[in-house]
Amino acid sequence: MGDHVLEVSNLTMQFYGIKALDNIGMTISAEEFVGIVGTNGSGKTTFVNVMTGYLTPSSGSVKVLGREIGGLHPFHLTRMGVSRSFQIAQLFLELTVEENLLLSLAARENVYRKVRMPLKTKHYLKEARELMNLFKLEKRANSKCLELPGGDRKVLDIAMAFALRPVLMFLDEPTSGVSTEEKFQIMEILVEALQERGVTVVFIEHDMEIVQKFAHRVLDFDEGKIIADGLPEEVLQN
Amino acid sequence: MRPFYTKFFLILGLFVVIGIIVPAWMRYLLTIALCKGIIASGVMLLLKCGLVSFGHALYSAAGAYAVALTVKHLGVREILIIIPVGVAAGILSAAVIGLIVSRYREIFFAMITMAFSMAFYGFLVKAYGLTGGTDGLRIPPPTLFGSALPEGYERFVLYILTLIFVALVAGILHKTERSPFGFLLQGIKGNEVRVSYLGIPVQRAVLRTFIISGCFAGLGGGLLAVNSGHIDPHLSYWTVSGEFVFISLLSGVGNLNFVFIGAILVEFIRSYAFSYVPYLWQMILGGIMLLIIIFSPGGLWQIYNSAADRLKPSLKDSNPGVKHNDS
Amino acid sequence: MDGVLIILMDGVFYAAYLYLVALGLTLIFGVMKILNIAHGSLYGFGAYTGASLVLFYSRQEFWPWGVYLVLIGSAVLVGIILGPIIERGIIRRFYREEVVVPLIATYALFLVLDDVMKLIFGTSPYFAYQPLNLAGNFSFGNISYPVYYLIFISVAVISGFLLWAVMNMTKFGRFVVAVMHDPEISNAMGIKLPRIYLATFTIGAIFAALGGAFTSPMTSVVPGLAVEVIVASFAVVVIGGLGSYSGAAIGALIVGIVRATAVHHFPVMELFMIYLVMAGILIIKPQGLFPIEEERRI
Ligand SMILES: Nc1ncnc2c1ncn2[C@@H]1O[C@H](COP(=O)(O)OP(=O)(O)O)[C@@H](O)[C@H]1O
Ligand SMILES: [Mg+2]
Repeated sequence: MGDHVLEVSNLTMQFYGIKALDNIGMTISAEEFVGIVGTNGSGKTTFVNVMTGYLTPSSGSVKVLGREIGGLHPFHLTRMGVSRSFQIAQLFLELTVEENLLLSLAARENVYRKVRMPLKTKHYLKEARELMNLFKLEKRANSKCLELPGGDRKVLDIAMAFALRPVLMFLDEPTSGVSTEEKFQIMEILVEALQERGVTVVFIEHDMEIVQKFAHRVLDFDEGKIIADGLPEEVLQN
Repeated sequence: MRPFYTKFFLILGLFVVIGIIVPAWMRYLLTIALCKGIIASGVMLLLKCGLVSFGHALYSAAGAYAVALTVKHLGVREILIIIPVGVAAGILSAAVIGLIVSRYREIFFAMITMAFSMAFYGFLVKAYGLTGGTDGLRIPPPTLFGSALPEGYERFVLYILTLIFVALVAGILHKTERSPFGFLLQGIKGNEVRVSYLGIPVQRAVLRTFIISGCFAGLGGGLLAVNSGHIDPHLSYWTVSGEFVFISLLSGVGNLNFVFIGAILVEFIRSYAFSYVPYLWQMILGGIMLLIIIFSPGGLWQIYNSAADRLKPSLKDSNPGVKHNDS
Repeated sequence: MDGVLIILMDGVFYAAYLYLVALGLTLIFGVMKILNIAHGSLYGFGAYTGASLVLFYSRQEFWPWGVYLVLIGSAVLVGIILGPIIERGIIRRFYREEVVVPLIATYALFLVLDDVMKLIFGTSPYFAYQPLNLAGNFSFGNISYPVYYLIFISVAVISGFLLWAVMNMTKFGRFVVAVMHDPEISNAMGIKLPRIYLATFTIGAIFAALGGAFTSPMTSVVPGLAVEVIVASFAVVVIGGLGSYSGAAIGALIVGIVRATAVHHFPVMELFMIYLVMAGILIIKPQGLFPIEEERRI
């Protein structure tokens, strides 16, 4: 299969003494939904950080969308169609929910350098409104992110990454901090929208029910190694 | 016409009237204040993305010296040529130094910009042959459209010219504040990681901001040189940069155009402080600065905003950071 | 040959002076993450107080060698009076702010203190050469140097050693290191942050004042000296890496020798050369020679 969205071989990431990723190899094909599970500190976030160019691996090779990512920064990879959400929401806290989303759109449409047009034009406001409706944030449109509860912050964080229309998307614990009732709802909305667009998804998740329900395939991380890789039923049994 | 432009032309008209009725010394003070406002607006832009430049006097001094040297060595006195030369000098110097400083943030950014301006100050003092050392350079009265300024009205014409440039800058600032780029600046201040993960190269955006701010500084510096008729190395001294930071802080980055109000206020306070308590100017400056940081971190803009809120909600200007839909 | 010797001697001497000031600057930064621009004012107060007290002491019929103790005493006096006033009164309000706010606040403080200095000590220069003349000269090759240079260098070295000893061999030092590393966890473990901050700031202030006091016999003490020192010692800590002590020493030596070379060979370029070297080092090592900054975890 030449159609790998992600190809990783012999990947090691070392922080001083700790090997956060230890000689990892695997591939992910287009339109797969891959769940990553594993205990805290097993290297899941580090894996996403390396895949998106935030960290430079100590050794090994990573090919994203057919391209070796050595030396590429997060903004390069984002432009290539790789986006991510964060374990701890990364927002512009002083701006409103709507403005956060508008900046995402301005970045995607490559108009973020523009000085002569206003950010809040009808066209972009409409799309921002649609996104807020989709993610059930419309009541919060004009609240500063500083005032948002944790759950809404996480959802906005995901919405901002989603707004970029990625080809490959990493979600770092998308439902942590979201209330139990809303967890499934958010995942359902998100997964449906992503599937519709044919996005390849890698998501880190602690809630086994969610993994069971949404993943086509599960990777189990432990001390920087992938100790199991297979169908959810197989992997989750252990 | 949109409300901003109505207000814009009203205020501009007001300034013209003020220029006609006030005594010459006061008009001169006002002219100088406006030039400094233009320079400080560049510092404001950087402040908006969370960066303090303690060395912005370098770029205005570059503009001022470029003007003076063009007049002296090329014999060009046409204001419509020498001012663009000043702007070019501001842009060029900011571009070169911006390449180095745009990778730094916070303290490093503040102190490295300051270091460069001090080095430039040292250069201006020591390169006597070129810059006249501490004696500085004289700038003879400029010409406009090739002819000398009308006799007896030179200062007034220069005031109006300065006002035109101020209007231009004010318009740009107003647009910028509401533009994607303006919001991006706040984004860079708020969360650089997110900016990168939107696919935006932060360092390049900072460099761009730095160059724009250098452009304003060069313009303000050039105008300052033409208006004051004499420049010296002190123009690049770090305390002068500190004053631009002060003006920005006093004005408040919530509304960039407040920079002109802040600049006028500072110039008049200074003028009175110099005549009554000449040794205490720095203390007054520092004292006010501390009071603002502690009690009104949003500066004059914050004070105006909360006062307007209390008086009448409709008086309030639309704040790009809070309200939405201004187009 | 003599040329090289002169440059080395001048360079090391200048380095000692910068080191004393930079040591406090980098200590305060390491613990509180605040770059204290007003540190230069503490140096200034040290110089003025040192010069005034030396002049006063010399007019009395006391033991002449006591002037050195007077210099140390003035530094401690300035440090323990001004340090707590500044930390408690101003700096403390800004620990939780974003980094640029305390930076501007200490700049404002610097402006205020500069005028306070003029109000207290006037604007005419102070000459207090007694400590310099008392120690006499020594020959080094064909060149004669004041013994005072050696005293000064010893003061810097001893200060560095004392700080090292306190940090590595006392309970207080362990607390400070813990706070540098992670204030929140230290607080949770029961370390009283306000006390650590106050003590650290005062120690830093004493070092700055010590630099000022011991420099005063060699120059005329005039207004404006606070600016020069803060700009130069900033170059030192940036070259060495903000927050690093060994970095401050290496940075001081580099700046000292560069400056001495510039003064002897291209006097016009003195300040320029220092910043050129600084810019050069930063281009190769953006966080200085001994960086202690970590990448932000996401
Ligand atoms: N920037 C960093 N510097 C040093 N160590 C790190 C860094 N990021 C992660 N680590 C370490 O790497 C290991 C894996 O962390 P992480 O990938 O965050 O785990 P997970 O997301 O699976 O909980 C942990 O031991 C963590 O302390
Ligand atoms: Mg994690």
